[in-house]
Amino acid sequence: MKLHAPAAQRGDLDEPVSVGREPSPQWPRPMQAIARFVEKTSTIIWLEARKLRHDPTELFTRAVQPALWLLIFGEVFTKVRAIPTGNVRYLDYMAPGILAQSVLFIAIFSGIAIIWERDLGIIHKFLASPTPRTALVLGKALASGVRGLAQAVIIYLLALLLGVKMNWNPLALLGVLVIVVLGAACFSTFSLIIACLVKSRERFMGIGQVLTMPLFFASNAIYPVSIMPDWLQVVARANPLSYQVDALRSLMLAGGSSIDGLGTDFVVMFSVTVALILIGARLYPRVVR
Amino acid sequence: MPAIIEVHDLVKRYGDYPAVNQVSLEVAEGSVFGLLGPNGAGKSTIIKMLTTLLPPTSGRAVIAGFDVTRQPMEVRRRIGYVPQALSADGTLTGYENLIVFAKLYDLPRTIREPVVREALALMGLEDAANKLVRTYSGGMIRRLEVAQAMLHRPQVLFLDEPTVGLDPVARNAVWEYLKTLRTERQVTVFLTTHYMEEADHLCEHICIMHLGNIVAQGTPAELKAAVGGPETTLDAVFTHFTGNSLESGGSYRETARARRTARRLG
Repeated sequence: MKLHAPAAQRGDLDEPVSVGREPSPQWPRPMQAIARFVEKTSTIIWLEARKLRHDPTELFTRAVQPALWLLIFGEVFTKVRAIPTGNVRYLDYMAPGILAQSVLFIAIFSGIAIIWERDLGIIHKFLASPTPRTALVLGKALASGVRGLAQAVIIYLLALLLGVKMNWNPLALLGVLVIVVLGAACFSTFSLIIACLVKSRERFMGIGQVLTMPLFFASNAIYPVSIMPDWLQVVARANPLSYQVDALRSLMLAGGSSIDGLGTDFVVMFSVTVALILIGARLYPRVVR
Repeated sequence: MPAIIEVHDLVKRYGDYPAVNQVSLEVAEGSVFGLLGPNGAGKSTIIKMLTTLLPPTSGRAVIAGFDVTRQPMEVRRRIGYVPQALSADGTLTGYENLIVFAKLYDLPRTIREPVVREALALMGLEDAANKLVRTYSGGMIRRLEVAQAMLHRPQVLFLDEPTVGLDPVARNAVWEYLKTLRTERQVTVFLTTHYMEEADHLCEHICIMHLGNIVAQGTPAELKAAVGGPETTLDAVFTHFTGNSLESGGSYRETARARRTARRLG
């Protein structure tokens, strides 16, 4: 094994670069802090996106479950007309719910990667770098949004094949994009918080299993809240997934309408996500202790 | 030489159990400092406190003039850290692993690429730069990690068990790279190890820890002289001070992690 001499053209690299370097010297300090925060957050997103690019199989295997829901459950329940969905075909009614579900299922288990990375020492290194904890957690959350968007593409394709009447208004599509990213960010940060609290893979998997089904079934994803018993309606109203589905239903479908109001949906999703990210940023350093 | 690391009465307690018990030490700027001890002696706990990952129960640690609890961001800018487990991301390429940290350490946009290329060259990883790290050998991963930790030219480089699980050839290579780094970059190196040979080979100053306490410190020669004479091995010194074989102590989790690291190194 031979030692390589440092590259000849080192030039000004000989100066220590870490201390006191600012991204742009003429900017005022708060702007610099914000610029750095944005850059570090996008670094984390970039890194997760690269991983997906190196190994995209995950995206395809993830498409199987929503396809089965739409093809089997959807087709059967559309035929039997068991669920009152007004003048909307049941398959159309459930398509936004299945998008929300598939985003939820990916996001809620993303915490397992946190524990895995902790075991590998990867998180230690990120935490020992001068990166704000909020940037690390926000970056992970938005990276989960990237995965969510891949799901959205797949479900739009499936919905097209099944003849669901979609809304192609660009503003509505933008709304779907935002709501999908918010939903993925919300539930993946929830998952991160659980990972930081339980710290072991076994306990995490247990809790993840326990949470997924209630989050899904105690929501308006595949049936309206109005047909639920009273106590379950309360749970469904407290469930962020219901607001995500409500927004998707009004944005995705041609002639879709919202029950809670799009404004409410966005405000609820946004506030819950921000709150979870702030809690997550406080808990994140604990995962290595 | 002025001290670049100053530690005063550092304590870390888990419940009633003192993992680190009133440790004080100083590391001279530009030196290679070794913290030795059996598994469970408290070495990793000290490194975690010095790298701002773990808040001390009490006591004080100052690195390059900044307090680890009160000015953690300033400390983080000035240190590099290679954790015990293999921490390069196997699902990214070597180049990607480096460029991420170039960004996180605020290297100006214009010099990131050349700095990363230079680091790859220095560590002999140019040819593997665009391969996924999971195809690397253990020694290559360790070198990549050292490169990652050195990108921002830190004043202190922390290495937690840098050669655990490496075969003798790879271990020697890592030692050589560390020596080169030291002469090239004048970085202070703080490492933990339980290999006596490693401490003897690399370190100018050694602290031996046992059950959370420092039981001896000095140059390797001083420690040998204190126990027997120039013929004494560091192994004998170690056994003398810890009254113990190397394999004592060590929690289940720690042992499991060491095994996992060894397995990844193949």
